[in-house]
Amino acid sequence: MEDMLFYDRLQFAFTITFHYIFPQLTMGLSLIIVYFKWKFLRNQIDKYNDAAKFLMKIFAINFTIGVVTGIPMEFQFGTNWAKFSELTGGIIGQTLAMEGLFSFFLESSFLVLFIFGEKLMSQKMHLFVAFLVFLGSWASGYLILATNAWMQHPVGYEILENGRYVLNNFGALFSNPWLLPAFLHNQFASLTTSAFVVASIGAFYILYGKYVDYGKMFLKTGVIFGLIASVILIFPTGDWNAKNVAKYQPAAFAAMEGIFETETAGSEIVLIGQPNMLEKKLDNKIAVPNVLSFLTYQDWNAEIAGMDKFKPDELPDNIPLLYYSYHIMAGLGTIFIGIMGLAAFFLYRKKLFTFKPLLWVIMFLVPFPYIANLLGWYVAELGRQPYLVYGLLRTADGISPTVSSGNTLFTLMGFMALYFLLGMLFLLLVGRVINHGPEDVQH
Amino acid sequence: MELFWYILIALFMAIFFVLDGYDFGVGIIHLFFAKEERDKVVVAKAAGLFWDSNEVWLVAAGGMLFMAFPVLYASAFSGFYLPLIMVLWLIIFRAIGLEFRNLLPYKMWHSLWDVSFGVSSLLLALFFGIALGNIARGVNLGNVVDGVATQESIYFFLPLWTNDFSPFHSSPGVIDWFTIIIGLISVLTLAIHGAAWIIHKTNASINEKLKTVITRLNIALVILTFFSLFVWQLIVPNSLDNFFSTPLLMVFPLIYFAALFGLFAHKKMKDVHRFYLTSLVIIGGITSTLASMFPVIMPSTNDVCESLTIYNASAANEGLSVAFVWGIIGVVLAIIYFIAQKRFRSGKIDDMDYGH
Ligand code: HDD
Ligand code: HEM
Ligand code: HEM
Repeated sequence: MEDMLFYDRLQFAFTITFHYIFPQLTMGLSLIIVYFKWKFLRNQIDKYNDAAKFLMKIFAINFTIGVVTGIPMEFQFGTNWAKFSELTGGIIGQTLAMEGLFSFFLESSFLVLFIFGEKLMSQKMHLFVAFLVFLGSWASGYLILATNAWMQHPVGYEILENGRYVLNNFGALFSNPWLLPAFLHNQFASLTTSAFVVASIGAFYILYGKYVDYGKMFLKTGVIFGLIASVILIFPTGDWNAKNVAKYQPAAFAAMEGIFETETAGSEIVLIGQPNMLEKKLDNKIAVPNVLSFLTYQDWNAEIAGMDKFKPDELPDNIPLLYYSYHIMAGLGTIFIGIMGLAAFFLYRKKLFTFKPLLWVIMFLVPFPYIANLLGWYVAELGRQPYLVYGLLRTADGISPTVSSGNTLFTLMGFMALYFLLGMLFLLLVGRVINHGPEDVQH
Repeated sequence: MELFWYILIALFMAIFFVLDGYDFGVGIIHLFFAKEERDKVVVAKAAGLFWDSNEVWLVAAGGMLFMAFPVLYASAFSGFYLPLIMVLWLIIFRAIGLEFRNLLPYKMWHSLWDVSFGVSSLLLALFFGIALGNIARGVNLGNVVDGVATQESIYFFLPLWTNDFSPFHSSPGVIDWFTIIIGLISVLTLAIHGAAWIIHKTNASINEKLKTVITRLNIALVILTFFSLFVWQLIVPNSLDNFFSTPLLMVFPLIYFAALFGLFAHKKMKDVHRFYLTSLVIIGGITSTLASMFPVIMPSTNDVCESLTIYNASAANEGLSVAFVWGIIGVVLAIIYFIAQKRFRSGKIDDMDYGH
């Protein structure tokens, strides 16, 4: 039983982590593509159109892998989390089915039209098609987050005698107070990833001395989008999310902030420190007094519940990972603003394109927004533990009763092998597109 | 309400098998008949352009199944755990074979993905047939051993196969000789369908040969169909009852057999019409099977646990009713998108720019 749960969780964590590498680029990039296409319509400079089509090539490869790794996600609700599906399918099935019917149809239908149809339609129409691809991918993010928001903070339900959940208020799924902050934060996080990718391609072209004009265009756009998005990530959206966690999941909040003991006269904010689970304290702590209370409740002396206030079986089960994930995400967010702010300053002074050290930094910055994004999700998902549906259904009660751990271990290894291959292919093919450069799209 | 969702999901599945079905079929034909490089490119292209927008019908059907019949979703997906995960792997292989084949100009690269596309299409067609066979035959709900259920009554877990591969005892495996036959029927049907699509969409040099292939495969299909019906009667003795009690349902098998026999005259037909006929074979086959089982969706092979039906496996009515509203909107939109794409789906595709 114990290891059934463990392997189911491990497989879910592995497959969703891999899946989410791709949609985050899709969602942000589709917006940047719309932007380039729109620029082209405004000023009729062909370079912008090439840029849009070039990015769409990367998008298409990325999208393919997003789709083929997304289908296993949907299947796994049934295969590995059958009890969860049986009990809550009537509710989370709503948003998941809507995603299939509304967003995936939209996105995949119009992606084909964008790629193959440019000659058959007017340029305005082509922009509109790009917009619909963008709309589809954001709608899909929205509906997935609505699903997740319900698991984090269940609303609009009723529980029958046999334990099954019944939807009694459809609107509540979308007015869920958890949803909007999470959605905005997540979308700007995707935009951050994509902007950093675009900026990095730009920096690469400039440093390499190939397609330099395009390089400057990409770099400039990437830096501007990247700066805006990473500021919004911290304030207002990150802050807003943190307040939600404090309000609705106080145990998760205590764990992610690393508060072992309740401080009645205002909580300090921990910048650095390592959770020591044996002695229930933080080692090597560097903290600023009372700031956390202020950030959370606008009151320097507000009390924040520490982990000592909760029963052990109400606390997340992997506190160190949760704590590190949160601190690394927030730390990276701060660093992003620093770097992008600096780049924007040099851009403004017209020195960015010749300032090599910064170009190198931007080029190699790419993995970090991905890391921050994935860790952000670890915060959300580990913080939700030990519940699958917060406060109602425990994770241990959600797994498939008939699937043995050996089966799951076998399929987990299969997924690992296959995804390794997918990852290699992805890098190879995207590398090739970048190497061929944006001029290649003309013929 | 249950009925509405049942029909809608069945419709989506049928559309999926018609649209993505020709991709599978093309893969099978590709594996066995496309020998020259030009044919290989063109044939792969016949499948490659739209597999993604075809596959969304499956994704959408899956989502709606989850929403409307969560109990079935939980029961079937966990019960068929291994075969389903393998289907997932095959779907991944097939997709990357199609998408990435033409991205690099090396011969070795092409043959690698050609084979990956062909083999995974073949196996997928087989697996989908086997799945249908399992649903027609039934499973050991509740994992009953000696008359006692060892699981909750909606759960089961099938071994991949049992020693004797027999469909007749109460705890059969996923693969037995009955489900294999249905698997073969599926392979043949989709191969014919794929061939019809290639002839319709391309000017490949193998088209004339494919016409003869269609006729031959169709003979085999007719034989297997009758044989499987006979066996099915033995396994599930009352499998025709629905047709006697509601004669209207007879239209589905009639469509199937009319299309199946109509295909023998296919050489004189227009290329599109041949494709329509093979589509009708698929639709007729799926709907007939479902009609004969109705309202059961997962038959039980023991008497301890009752079969899952669209009534005892569905979500509560409130949910189904709200979903009715957005469901209609969604379907209308899907149809609009489909029409918006239609221009690109028409005409031969040989010279169409593959884009990459
Ligand atoms: C580039 C990525 C990125 C960056 C730099 C940040 N975040 Fe974040 N964060 C995400 C990417 C992300 C995410 C992956 O998008 C999450 C996961 C769930 C969600 O809605 O967004 C998330 C969730 C998330 C949550 C919700 C956790 C839960 O649901 O339990 C909080 C409280 C924060 N973030 C707070 C912050 C703060 C205070 C940041 C900066 C100082 C910050 N995030 C930077
Ligand atoms: C909105 C969509 C999502 C839904 C509905 C969802 C749902 C689930 C479910 C059902 C589980 C298994 C039960 C559990 O251990 O809690 C799970 C676990 C997990 N998910 Fe998510 N998830 C979503 C998004 C994500 C994303 C995007 C990531 C990260 C990239 C993620 C990371 C994880 C991790 C790491 C676990 C394992 C947690 C553990 O080890 O306990 N999830 N999630
Ligand atoms: C457990 C949770 C998840 C499930 C069940 C899931 C399911 C899927 C499926 C089935 C697809 C393929 C759709 C197609 O055929 O076009 C897909 C793609 C996609 N998913 Fe996920 N997904 C999950 C998590 C997420 C998260 C957390 C996000 C973002 C917030 C996301 C955003 C997308 C997007 C934008 C696509 C389009 C393809 C792409 O961009 O790569 N998904 N997902």
